[in-house]
Amino acid sequence: MNQSETVPNSPAGWGGRLFGWIDARFPLSKLWRSQVSEYYAPINFNFWYFFGSIALLVLVNQIVTGIFLAMSYQPNAHLAFSSVQYIMRDVHWGWLIRYLHTTGASLFFAVIYLHMFRGLLYGSYKKPRELLWIIGMLIYVCLMAEAFMGYLLPWGQMSYWGAVVITSLFGAIPWIGSHLEIWIRGDFGISGDTLNRFFALHVVAIPILLLFLVVCHLMALHEVGSNNPDGIEIHENLDADGKPVDGVPFHPYYTVKDLFGVGVFLVVFALIAFYAPTLHGLFIERNNFKPADFLQTPPDIRPLWYFTPYYAILRSFPNKDFGVSAFALSVILLFLMPWIDRHPIKSFRYRAPMYRILLGVFVATFLFLGYVGIQPATLFWQKVGLRISELYFLFFVTAWVYAHRPGRRALVTTFGIALAVVLLIDWRFYLTSIAPLIWRTLVIPVAYLVVFYLIPLLWPDGLRDRAVPARVTFR
Amino acid sequence: MNHNAWLGRAAAGAFWVFLLFPGSARAVPLAGYPLMTAPVNLTDRVSLQRGARTFVNYCMGCHTLRYVRWSRVGRDLRLNKRALRELMFLQTKPTQMMLNAMPVQEATRWFGAAPPDLSVMVDQKGVNWVYTYLQSFYLDPNRPTGVNNAVFYRVAMPDPFWQLQGLQKVVYRKVSENGGTVDRFVRFVPVTLGTRSPVAFRRMVGNLTNFLYYAGHPDELKRIHLGIWVIAFLVLFTVFAYFLKREYWKDVHRKHPHEK
Repeated sequence: MNQSETVPNSPAGWGGRLFGWIDARFPLSKLWRSQVSEYYAPINFNFWYFFGSIALLVLVNQIVTGIFLAMSYQPNAHLAFSSVQYIMRDVHWGWLIRYLHTTGASLFFAVIYLHMFRGLLYGSYKKPRELLWIIGMLIYVCLMAEAFMGYLLPWGQMSYWGAVVITSLFGAIPWIGSHLEIWIRGDFGISGDTLNRFFALHVVAIPILLLFLVVCHLMALHEVGSNNPDGIEIHENLDADGKPVDGVPFHPYYTVKDLFGVGVFLVVFALIAFYAPTLHGLFIERNNFKPADFLQTPPDIRPLWYFTPYYAILRSFPNKDFGVSAFALSVILLFLMPWIDRHPIKSFRYRAPMYRILLGVFVATFLFLGYVGIQPATLFWQKVGLRISELYFLFFVTAWVYAHRPGRRALVTTFGIALAVVLLIDWRFYLTSIAPLIWRTLVIPVAYLVVFYLIPLLWPDGLRDRAVPARVTFR
Repeated sequence: MNHNAWLGRAAAGAFWVFLLFPGSARAVPLAGYPLMTAPVNLTDRVSLQRGARTFVNYCMGCHTLRYVRWSRVGRDLRLNKRALRELMFLQTKPTQMMLNAMPVQEATRWFGAAPPDLSVMVDQKGVNWVYTYLQSFYLDPNRPTGVNNAVFYRVAMPDPFWQLQGLQKVVYRKVSENGGTVDRFVRFVPVTLGTRSPVAFRRMVGNLTNFLYYAGHPDELKRIHLGIWVIAFLVLFTVFAYFLKREYWKDVHRKHPHEK
């Protein structure tokens, strides 16, 4: 064997020689070292840092179970519903594979929402991680498309009518909308052609895009380094060897720690997949056990739980153009988070008390929007949905204002402008028949504005940040 | 034969008399009618066998279980060859699905809607709903079949169990709710006697519901038993992972003594 081909310090023996042979031709150990065993991560990761690796695990689960499902599924309007039942009954372990896929889809969103919330808590979108955040948001949008198209495949009533509603949203785009709608559907309505193309996109196109974006996300992360609960850059404090003092190699420290997180997650996953796979209609809806019928519109059409916050925003406006614009804006604003909140302190731990309250209220807003989206589309829920949607958008406004350390005048001015916009929307959609409902629910945005813009006038300490420590802390 | 025909005519006559019963005519759905709790137990094989018999005798004329195989039912319900052959008296091969001879287009003309396949009906409607629905037909002269249903307003299906349960009429109260008037359910009053006692009838419907639940979830028992082992393994794995993590992280905590 040529001596120059072996890597120094490579282990002896047959395996070592093979390893050396590969390493001379492919940067295997180099990649392993740079990306895993010598990638330094902060020592103070907490509970919220489990969800990145768990999301990767769920992605693998979706791909593996998806491959097996695609072996027996028929993307044909006449056979799709039956082929799913065939998988559930006649395919060996088909029921398990499908339940792992459906449970995985819902838990994917749960994990991603927790992962994104972690980013909000610790300011992980701030410089130098803006692009990392944007790639993450692109993954999230891809995931939404993937889930939406996958949901059409069982060809049940909710699959069908959900697809009718969501594809019709593109019709609201000016000028090209109606053409775009037909182009996406491949037909004038949702039909077998739509099913076929959604199948192609669901199993081929979007997964490839998703994998590519995940690789980009990891590359961007390893370029700038991980943030941590204190929001302190560990690479600014190096020891004599040039290693971060407050960092540990990802392997073995975080591989073993994530193994524990994965274990806990899999217990939850198995509890749902084995004992409550439909989760009382939350993960698999009742109406989807009825084959798609284009002549029979169900009384309530709603997406699965992970889309209901946006669905609530969409339908809280009686005007389709307004609703679709608000829906688009609600996602776009998340993309812009790095430029909305440019406050120099990253972690919410050292931000002012009012900002911490703001984050807490935002979480409650998002959860409550999800609840509103599940409710029937009555006038009451529409109006409540509009009020909670206003809070959703006011979060971004307030985060932007707070990032600029506002004075008294800025607070009062923003209060006035925001209140005027809220009243303007009420005036635009005023209906005498529901006037009491409009006036009664107005208390929701007004209370929000009073809390976040007028209370700081009386309590200046509410906007005072805390000192950021020099080194990371263990809690 | 002649005797039977007379009996049939008498029953039909009685039926029409009750159709003209006043006080049962209603124009809005019933409110305040609670769902009953279905006695689902997949380990009760006798109940499943009896439910299968009721299904074949009373439902299969119109409804199918097109995703359920006879042989699978025979295997899961531990039916011997003879019992299975008796159950599937119309079919030739046990590997066939549980289909019937009802022409769908004709059925749509007869009933206004084709009788749906029942393979996943318990998942679509809820098992308690199915159990309640089968016991909640009442006389309503406005309906072409003569009956309406307390959980399914203007149902197209006739009451398959009218002889077994006996006909009943509904007593309701007009109540104003949210600015409108609704018919609030008070009670059912039997009009004719059924051939089964109320207890036996309820048990029969319970067995049938149990069988329909089985038809929707043939692998549920397997899933429940397997889940215990999977979760036990995962819990054990997690405990080991925890101790492994703690062992590795000892030296990190030693190196960073300033943190608590």
